[in-house]
Amino acid sequence: MIIKGGIVYDPANDVFGEEMDLCVNEGRIVEDAKGEEIDARGLLVMPGGVDAHSHIAGTKVNTGRIMRPDDARLGIEPRSGVCRPSTGYTVPNCYAMGYRYARMGYTTVFEAATPIIEARHTHEELEEIPILDKGALTLFGNNWEVMECVRDKDISKLAAYVAWGLRSARGYGVKIVNPGGGEAWGFGSNVKSLNDPVPSFDVTPAEIIAGLARANEMLHLPHSIHLHFNNLGKPGNYTTALETLELLKDIKPGRMRQVVHVAHMQFSAYGGTSWRDFESKAPVIADYFNSHNHATMDLGQLLFGSATTMTADAPLEYGNARLTHNKWSNHDIELEESSGVVPMVYFRKMLVNAVQWAIGLELALLTRDPWKVLMTTDHPNGSPFINYPEVIALLMSKPKRDAEMATLHEQLPKRTSLGGIERELDWTQIAIMTRAAPARILGLEDKGHLGPGADADISIYNLRPEEVDPSQDHVLVKKALAAAKYTIKSGIVVSQEGQILATPEGKTFWVDAGVPQADMDRLMVDLQEKFEKYYSVRLSNYAVQDAYVPNPKVIRAGIKVEPMKEVA
Amino acid sequence: MIVEDAICSFCGCLCDDINVEVEESKIKRVKHACRLGSSKILGHSRIKAPMIRRDGELMEVSYQEAYDRAAEILLHAQKPLLYGWASTVCEAQKKGILLAEEVGGVLDSTATVCHGPSVIGIEEKGLPGATLGQVKNRADTIVFWGCNPAEAHPRHSLRYSSNVCGRFTPEGREGRKIIVVDVRETRTSKNADETVIIQPGTDYEVISALRMLVVGKGDVVPDEVGGVPKAELDGLAKMLLAARFGTVFFGLGITHSRGRYKNIDNALSLVAELNSHTKFVIMPMRGHYNVGGIGQALAWSSGFPMSVDFTRNAPYFNPGETAACDLLAKADTDAALIIAADAASNFPRAAVKALAKIPVIQIDPYENPTTLIAEVVIPSAIAGIEVAGTAYRMDGLALRMRKLVDTSYPSDEEILSHILESVRRMRAGEGA
Repeated sequence: MIIKGGIVYDPANDVFGEEMDLCVNEGRIVEDAKGEEIDARGLLVMPGGVDAHSHIAGTKVNTGRIMRPDDARLGIEPRSGVCRPSTGYTVPNCYAMGYRYARMGYTTVFEAATPIIEARHTHEELEEIPILDKGALTLFGNNWEVMECVRDKDISKLAAYVAWGLRSARGYGVKIVNPGGGEAWGFGSNVKSLNDPVPSFDVTPAEIIAGLARANEMLHLPHSIHLHFNNLGKPGNYTTALETLELLKDIKPGRMRQVVHVAHMQFSAYGGTSWRDFESKAPVIADYFNSHNHATMDLGQLLFGSATTMTADAPLEYGNARLTHNKWSNHDIELEESSGVVPMVYFRKMLVNAVQWAIGLELALLTRDPWKVLMTTDHPNGSPFINYPEVIALLMSKPKRDAEMATLHEQLPKRTSLGGIERELDWTQIAIMTRAAPARILGLEDKGHLGPGADADISIYNLRPEEVDPSQDHVLVKKALAAAKYTIKSGIVVSQEGQILATPEGKTFWVDAGVPQADMDRLMVDLQEKFEKYYSVRLSNYAVQDAYVPNPKVIRAGIKVEPMKEVA
Repeated sequence: MIVEDAICSFCGCLCDDINVEVEESKIKRVKHACRLGSSKILGHSRIKAPMIRRDGELMEVSYQEAYDRAAEILLHAQKPLLYGWASTVCEAQKKGILLAEEVGGVLDSTATVCHGPSVIGIEEKGLPGATLGQVKNRADTIVFWGCNPAEAHPRHSLRYSSNVCGRFTPEGREGRKIIVVDVRETRTSKNADETVIIQPGTDYEVISALRMLVVGKGDVVPDEVGGVPKAELDGLAKMLLAARFGTVFFGLGITHSRGRYKNIDNALSLVAELNSHTKFVIMPMRGHYNVGGIGQALAWSSGFPMSVDFTRNAPYFNPGETAACDLLAKADTDAALIIAADAASNFPRAAVKALAKIPVIQIDPYENPTTLIAEVVIPSAIAGIEVAGTAYRMDGLALRMRKLVDTSYPSDEEILSHILESVRRMRAGEGA
């Protein structure tokens, strides 16, 4: 296959809007190829989109579906052609996940939070999602074995447990959510600061985070720790964010990448002492990212309208339910985590929601280096992923932002700096924030770029970057991004002008990390005791079997691996 | 040979510590299972061969003939019902959902005559729950409301609830308060610290009274509710509030008594309110071992957990209209495929009568009353014993059922795949 004459944005390979042909053979980008020609003359061409943080599969997501038949009815598309039926808006069914991402030009999506013991369910759903390549991050932040290794300052055993946990979950990386808080929630409380001891475990959130970061780097995992801060969603929480980032700045990365990826930064950049004097602290957070290089973030952009909040931060969800008087699901997971799901509507006329909306945009616009900022909505917490084109259009157009702000609460300009920000992102920066950076941050060498050897995941849009001014023509931009002219996945045209043409099965990435046998032996003594006494299942029935990952892509890591070369 | 840590395919407890002794592909002995589980695993006489009813008699036929006849029935029906799914693995359920889409049918599970009202309650209020291990390690107060695990889920108390020891519950039964709310004494109530006997059909009122007492509005509660003196209810509310980690397990005594889903809605609200004071979770006692799985698989594929109508090419869900008994009561279905469940034994009499009037395809390892009204009978391998696959425990935890012995019978998944192939072939033929 040859894609002719596109205006290509491939920032990982220093290609910034050049007219060029792309050649594809056997699912990969190659120097030269024959066969089918796709006419992309003058059109915007980028690598397939990569989403590093989205809730697309597993117990939480299905709980959202089960408790929200109202939501399922919002997105119904009948079965047709190669497609099975689609349902849902904030919590789409599995098929809709695949089709809708593919229509927008996305080809790789990572599920953001899976407890080890429930990973089998996550993989059942991932397997049902067509087209996309995917992976799942594994939760470690409230795990008894983790906390005990940290308490005993036994980082080698902790590394062995992380390796064992990733293998058992067929997981990709270390996710930490409100560390210590999930355990405290086991008896209905929470931790309130980084140094607040976790009940019964004699450790603090700070120690859990630093311990897991060290273990992560010892194992040379492709991705860094992926962190949902303590105190997320609370006024004044930006100080917790800064303290946590400071805690990690001296840790040496095991690979050429960040030491910590901050999930949905928007929810942790809040000033004020209550909802009454709630304000944006995005400028302070952006300053920190501008002056430090150990951290990256995704936005968790909030948009007005319907959302479903779902997180392993169970106390937060209980708070959401009490605040909104909405229905509330909670799910505590033995020895490992807790979690919750609450439907939500964000209102234009509610000042707090307007400030939250502005904070995400501020973060993206005030952080100078786009390699540090991923465009996400923390689907479906801030908004469903289907609204990514709206976020991109806002980032590219000051007039659109101004027009939007004019419809919002009159107090908004006093609570955010957004109105004064002139910056408008260009296609290179958008390609970085939605393709190149998420791939690099996750450590996916063959994703997010179009160099020879890369996976042939390509999106081509009905948009002429040399003619269209995104600042003025933001309506066109949004429309074009909503339905790619072509989405190509592993060399196959899967979507054309919004119509799904093929539904190949995607791969599932997981990380297999090696550790010394002696550490594993010491670990197994602990685990045998935990399964004998505390778990409700047997050790032999715990790990995800190969049957659940029919198309695996295993990334090797481990203590003896040499540091990886810098990507691109 | 001994298969260790086998998972029991009887009830929603999915006990995963069963040792099964196998000799020459026959199960000889079962260890650790309860009597119900042992009996299921040891098995009994099977349907020998596929059958089609001719002149009122079931006659043996080849599998292919049975698949073709089943496909013909489904293809020619306006609105076939594909019902059951509770005693098979998710791999078969997923194939069944695809078949329902392709033939334009309604797919419903045994939940409809079981915990269906719980699902509707959860749609109203959400489910504040936990895995069973969380209950084991933390719960110091457990309420069994309208359920009798001592007889229906015999190992529940030993593995997960009343009598098990855990990290923060080292004393096991001694350290716990066990409360039973029911309309009569049961074997479960013999193990309770407190038994509250309520008048039948008053669950809603009793829960409402407890909610009032919990939020400090006890003055509006009458002297007696559901036959229970206010002082006793007040004592119960105080026990709930004194819990460090409380759990409510509930069963069909509350889902299928007067009030139905409203009872569950109210119970969920009570538990949500208790969380303002202490920690509390709630969980339905699911019956068949994988009735949870069909709810999960349907939700991720169609967006809805039961009673899904695919006749319009897009999933439509409206219990009261699209549930199995609704369709049968209104003669709104003209064929049925019954798999891994026994509709004839468990449906209301009128629904069974309606079922007997339409062509029924049965897929099951065993003969049961549904066989008596079936037009096509297709014997299958026993999922979870002769076939490996996924099942969801009552707390939503997915486990992989082991294959314990070989079999010559096709699996449910294979049978459904063959029927689907026949459907596609016939449809292509008709189109040509």
